[in-house]
Order: sequence, then structure tokens, then C-alpha cells
Amino acid sequence: MSALATMFSHAYLREAFLAGTFVALAAGLVGYLLVLRAQVFTADALSHVSFTGAFAALALGLDLRVGLFATTVLVGLGMAAAGRRAKPDDVVIGGAFAWVLGLGVLLLTLYTTRRSAGNGAASVTVLFGSVFGIGHGRAVAAAAIGLGVCLLLAIVARPLIFASLDETVAAVRGVPVRLLGFGFLALTAVAAAEATQVVGSLLILGLVAAPAGAAARLVGNPYRALPLSGALAVLSVWAGLTIAYLVPVLPPSFAILAVATGLLVAALLTGRLRRRSRRRSLAPGTDRVPAVRGG
Amino acid sequence: MDDVRFSVDLVADVVQMWSQPFMVNAFRAGTIVAVLSALTGWLVVLRRQTFVAHTLSAVGFPGAAGATLLGAGALTGYFGFCLAAAVVIALLGGRGAGRHGHESALVGTVQGFLLACGFLFVALYKGFLNGTSALLFGSFLGITGGQVTVLAVLAVLVLALLAVAGRPLLFASTDAETARVAGVPVRALDLGFLLVLGATVAAVASITGALLVFALLVLPAATAHRITARPARGLALSVLFGLVAVWSALTATYYSPYPLGFWLTSIAFAGFVTAAGGRAGLDRRHRGGRLVTVFPRDGLPGSRRTAP
Repeated sequence: MSALATMFSHAYLREAFLAGTFVALAAGLVGYLLVLRAQVFTADALSHVSFTGAFAALALGLDLRVGLFATTVLVGLGMAAAGRRAKPDDVVIGGAFAWVLGLGVLLLTLYTTRRSAGNGAASVTVLFGSVFGIGHGRAVAAAAIGLGVCLLLAIVARPLIFASLDETVAAVRGVPVRLLGFGFLALTAVAAAEATQVVGSLLILGLVAAPAGAAARLVGNPYRALPLSGALAVLSVWAGLTIAYLVPVLPPSFAILAVATGLLVAALLTGRLRRRSRRRSLAPGTDRVPAVRGG
Repeated sequence: MDDVRFSVDLVADVVQMWSQPFMVNAFRAGTIVAVLSALTGWLVVLRRQTFVAHTLSAVGFPGAAGATLLGAGALTGYFGFCLAAAVVIALLGGRGAGRHGHESALVGTVQGFLLACGFLFVALYKGFLNGTSALLFGSFLGITGGQVTVLAVLAVLVLALLAVAGRPLLFASTDAETARVAGVPVRALDLGFLLVLGATVAAVASITGALLVFALLVLPAATAHRITARPARGLALSVLFGLVAVWSALTATYYSPYPLGFWLTSIAFAGFVTAAGGRAGLDRRHRGGRLVTVFPRDGLPGSRRTAP
């Protein structure tokens, strides 16, 4: 336990916690709204696209983050433009991001042939993240951007949830559905680019989907499930970072995702138990229980 | 083309290319893979299961990494993980997998967690870091005759399964409710199709790498769907586009310094954009004459269906 007490004396761990907390909060909030809007696949596409952006920046010799943010936001807005009411079709998303991945392979090849040394490690960092090496400046920047995403989401949360639950009624009531769709995908893109720095572009989806799925299972009311999803994501990052610190063999990205997945499994099991006990408590004769699920 | 070997005489080019045994094997494997993924992919697009397809294809990476860590062949890993993930997704999500909010969260978690496992395997097997990009992006240069045989056997199996279950599967994919009433075992077909998809993805991933299977699976099929909705023509077109994409990508890779993944996705995507643009133009011209009402396929997003 003494290892736990001295944990925060390490600068790299303080930085990892700082960046991880806000990135996770943003990912959890965005994730719940993605689940509500049935747009998880869009996040999947954006996370994979972020890797092409990172390699573009590396190949051109720019800061990694320039490539990350530019690509994800551009692709996010492009996908929003391709769909009805800023909600793109799954097949269009799939086709577009398969091609962007192909571009990523090209850029990886260009980068590898141009700079012969240390390339393998760079690609693994982009794909799977390395939060323990994030550094002070990048940690502060990541935390600030994460906080900004959370604040913006908090401002648009009410109309966005309305538009997500019933698009047509919201549009009739004067909610700018299309504009919200664009804005939300832009925020998702920023969150994805952020999370790439912590868990890597291939693993973002877990941090976005698992806490959100767990929150949606546990609570039906979107206004309660949204903060719960953010809290579960932060919990996953804290627990994951602690585990990775105590067991050095485990990479932090893996530990974070393992905790998040564990939370979702626990939520599924409690949901099932609760449904069973409810069914038992009902009077005989009413054998059909209406499925009560949020969203 | 900066490479001097490519000439205007296409026949001579092909003869020259096929004088290399590895290119012959690459073309054989590529042909099998193109046919297999075009047929399965057509059904994926019809069933709107692109997210599940992408998840299954991504899952090949941890499979191969884990198998390498344990010393088993990469192919074992591809098949083990892809089929296991297919079963998990089928049990958790059922037919709605990947399409509705809750189920898509489950599918996304399966993908994220298994990719994280892949990273763990790579981290545990230290010397393996440089092989990572080969697993993710594939290498078509080292395909052996044995691999081609395995692929061919597998392709025949999958095609036979699809041929046997084709009619009910098509029925269940277009209208699940009616099919269920008519006595079609929809749930069994869902699981069966996911298993076939898992096997296809595993086979294709062993050649193209885990991240690029998806392009081969979705792009030719989506192009065909833009051109025709009729099953027989659509399947034939999908196979044709797949073959054209793979053959021209292999040729382009042979004569240029750029990787196969780039050529394959770019050629297939160019086809898709052309077809989608053509379709949009046609639709616009037709809309002038008659009134067209477009209903969303699954009802409005977020709208609740009343329980039966």
C-alpha cells in the first residue's frame, strides 16, 4: 500500500491523471450522446481517421496534434454534410473511412521511408497511446481542451437530448436540429483527437462506448445517465492508471479499457438481475413485462 | 509512373509480373479474397451491419497478436478471435447489433476491449513491435501456396453455406418481421451469418491485415448497391468490382513504391464515389417527373416502437 501513498509524488503520474480525467470526462459525455443518437459507428470512424491525421502530421514534420484535430474535425463535418439532418448513413461512413485508413497506410509508408529511425515506436504510440509519457505542457493543454468540450456539451445538452430523442418534434418546436448535429459531430471529433493522446486511436471506441453503454443500462433518464456516463469514464481512467502503475507489465491503455469493460459487464448483470426480480414480484397473469429501457 | 518496367504493352507487363512466383500467389489469394468478401459484403450492406463487420475485422488483430505470443499460427488466432467475437455479438445484440444505440455500445466495447488486448499481447511480446504494422496493414508479398489452398477450401465452404441458406437469409435480411411470421428461423440465421462473416473476415485479414479487410468488404458491395437493388445482379456486380479493385491494386503496387492498402482503398473508393454520384444525378432527374417520398428505413432515430 505504500506504493499507493507515494503514487502522486511522480510527476508523470500526476500529468497522466490530469490529462486522463478531463479526456475521460469528455469521452464519457460525448459517448452517452452518441449512444442516445445511435451514432457510435461515427465515433469509430472518427477515431480511426485520427490516426491518418497523426501520420500526416508526422510525415510533414508538424506537431502531432495539428494533424489530429484538423483531420478529425474535417472528416466529422464532412460526414455530417453527407447525411440527412447531419446524420450520415452507415455505409457512407464505412466507405469514406476505409479510404482514409488507406491514406493512413500511405502516409505511414512515406514517413517510414523518409525517417528511418524510431518509426515503429511512433506508429505504436499513435495507435495505442502512451499516457505515461504525455509531458507537462501537453497534459495541461489536453485537460483544458477536454474541459472546454465538457462545458460546450453542458450548454447544448438540453436541446441536443431533445433533438436526439425525437428529431421531428424538436425540429417542429424550433430546435436547430441540423446545426446541432454539425456541432455535436465537431465536438465528437475534438474529443476523439483528444483521446488519441491518452488511449491511442484504436482504443478510443472502448472509452467512448463502454461507460456510455453501462450508464444507459443503469439509468433510463438521460439527464441522469449523461453525468453518470462521464463519471464512469473518469472512474475507468483513474482505476486503470492506478492498476497500470501498480502492475508495470500492463500498459495503461489496456488497464483503462479493461476497467471500462468490467463496468459495462457489471451493469449488464445488474440490469438482468433487476429485471428478473421485477418479473418475480409481479402478480401472476401479467407475464409480459414491458421492456423498460432508456432512449 | 516513375518505374521504367511498366510499359504500354499490357500483356508484356502481366507476363513480366507473373514471372515472379510471389505475384502469382498474391493474385490467386487476392482473387479468392475478393470473391469471398464481395459476396459476404453485399449481405453486410443489405443488412446494414457495417459496424459489426468493422468490429469483427478489427478483432483479427488481437487474435493474430495473441496467437503469435503463444507460438500458434496467426491464422488460428484470426479464426479463433473473429468467430468468438461473432458469437459474443450475436448473443449480446441479436439482430439489432450495431444499429441501435444500446447494442452499438456493446459492439463498440467488444471492439475497444479486444483491440486493447491486442496491444497487451504486443507489449508482452517485446520483439514483436515491428510486426505490428504487418498485422494491421497486411503484407501480400509472403503468401505461400499452402495459404492459398487453405483460403480456397474456406471460400468453397463459405460459398456453399451461403448458397444453401441464401433464400431464407435474403428474406430475413430484407424483412425480419415477416420472415419470422412465415416460419424462417431468423435468430439462427443471424448467428449463422455473423459466423460466416467472422470466418470471411479472418480469412481476408490474414492477407490484407486487420484494418483493411473492411474496405474490401464494404466498398465493392456498397458500389453495387448504389447501382442495382436486385440480388443476382448486385452480387455479380459486387464480385466484379471486388476483382477489378484487387487486380488493379496489385498491379499498381507492383509497379509503384506505394503500399497495397492505399491502392486498394483508393481504387475501390473511387468506384463508390462514381456510383454514388451517378445515382444522385439520376435521382435528381427522376424527381422532376413524379413525387418521391423518402421514409427512413428504421423509423425515426430515437423513436420508440410500441411493444406488440
